[in-house]
Amino acid sequence: MAPTVISMALATRPDKDTAPGKAPGKRPSPARSGMRPSLVRSVWDSTIGKKTVMAVSGLIMLGYLVAHMIGNLKIFFGPEDINEYAHWLRTMGEPVLHYEWALWLVRIVLVAAVVLHAVSAYQLSRRDIKARPAKYVHKRKRASYATRTMRWGGIILALFIVWHLLDLTTGTVHPGEFEHLHPYQNIIDTFSTWYSNVIYIVAVVAVGLHVRHGFWSAAQTLGAGNARRDKVLKATANALALVLTLGFVSVPVAVMTGVVS
Amino acid sequence: MKLTLRVWRQKNAGADGAMSTYEVDGISPDMSFLEMLDTLNEELIVKGEDPVAFDHDCREGICGACSLVINGDAHGPERTTSCQLHMRSFQDGDTIDVEPWRAAAFPVVKDLVVDRSAFDRIIQAGGYITAPTGAAPEAHATPVPKPDADFAFEHAECIGCGACVAACPNGSAMLFTSAKVNHLNVLPQGSPERETRVLDMVDQMDAEGFGGCTLTGECATACPKGIPLPSIAAMNKEWLRAQRRVARR
Repeated sequence: MAPTVISMALATRPDKDTAPGKAPGKRPSPARSGMRPSLVRSVWDSTIGKKTVMAVSGLIMLGYLVAHMIGNLKIFFGPEDINEYAHWLRTMGEPVLHYEWALWLVRIVLVAAVVLHAVSAYQLSRRDIKARPAKYVHKRKRASYATRTMRWGGIILALFIVWHLLDLTTGTVHPGEFEHLHPYQNIIDTFSTWYSNVIYIVAVVAVGLHVRHGFWSAAQTLGAGNARRDKVLKATANALALVLTLGFVSVPVAVMTGVVS
Repeated sequence: MKLTLRVWRQKNAGADGAMSTYEVDGISPDMSFLEMLDTLNEELIVKGEDPVAFDHDCREGICGACSLVINGDAHGPERTTSCQLHMRSFQDGDTIDVEPWRAAAFPVVKDLVVDRSAFDRIIQAGGYITAPTGAAPEAHATPVPKPDADFAFEHAECIGCGACVAACPNGSAMLFTSAKVNHLNVLPQGSPERETRVLDMVDQMDAEGFGGCTLTGECATACPKGIPLPSIAAMNKEWLRAQRRVARR
């Protein structure tokens, strides 16, 4: 094989000055000009780099979701338990940190993750759509449901987050008397309305689907995937999706059925 | 066999194309798909019509020239190239749709022929090793561990046909590029340019207007040479490693 490769080197070595293939209007390959841009620039400008940003921000949000889901389950242990937990969220890190500092730190990281994830997704999606302008006349179903719904699922989730924060963090669109630091009553008020249940359950199913493809996909993007590990990664993605969906859905179901009241 | 073909006809790169319907009769199940198209073209020539333009060369499944999307699948229903697809994969009386590769980076030249020179430019960006040429080196001079040799060979099987791009809903060239990067990066001959290779080839891939990877897996399903989907993860790993290394220099 070596001789073939060597002759290929002769045949295909690009001329540095007239390197072909630069689509008009595109920046010249910085690599071959010997001037590499900064790490941040070259990561953000590359499709693989943007996917890496999506993978890392996605995993941060996934970690938060697991913690959030576990926190939600405290509602099954009574009002004191979950209200005490809400209070602890604000005092964690004390006395090193001041009241609510740790919580704000988490919020800042999460907002950064959401924004980076969404901006990357938007830019990559636009690029992807442009890269396939003509559709095939002969249609057939492609990829799994979770994979095909990543974009719409993401949009649904972004809208849900806005509603969810206005409902249970600021209380702006809360259906009952919103009381700060009394999540038990607030949650019951929210899930006593039919539309809140619908919005919430749709969003939670979207989370499950998004995580199912997203976790495995993030592993591939970060280079952790290989043939040997594939089954384990897929199983982990499915387990995470299932546990998150069931964990989150259990709260509105419990309120609707009167288990929590 | 008697078949109805719906074939994409497009006069040139600038013209609008459309599907045209043709009836072909007397097709043997032992014919390859390209021989079936040859039969159609012979009839069209006799009738004084323009024959259907399609790419083909070796007709042995090793050159990567043929490039047909048959009934929505790149290279048709079997996991092989269009030239190695036989008419026994179809039923008498079938209607078969034949379309060109679809991707912004692969513009249609005529009918079913697309311009795949974007792939050549990705190779030119780093899909080679820089070495003094001459007589073949002594085979034992550079030991290659067996698993690495197998890994390199698996990726070296890529014939650059572009079925991965054609099948990808994002028109992404990640599977092609990863096959080429992995093939050379795992070998000692390729290691001096390990970092620049992956960075430059990915850069060129992006510059050509291919889409990004969303891990749908369509590429690996369509690949006639069975380049596996984890190749993409392996290239991502190489790319991240190269970014870290280059940043430290």
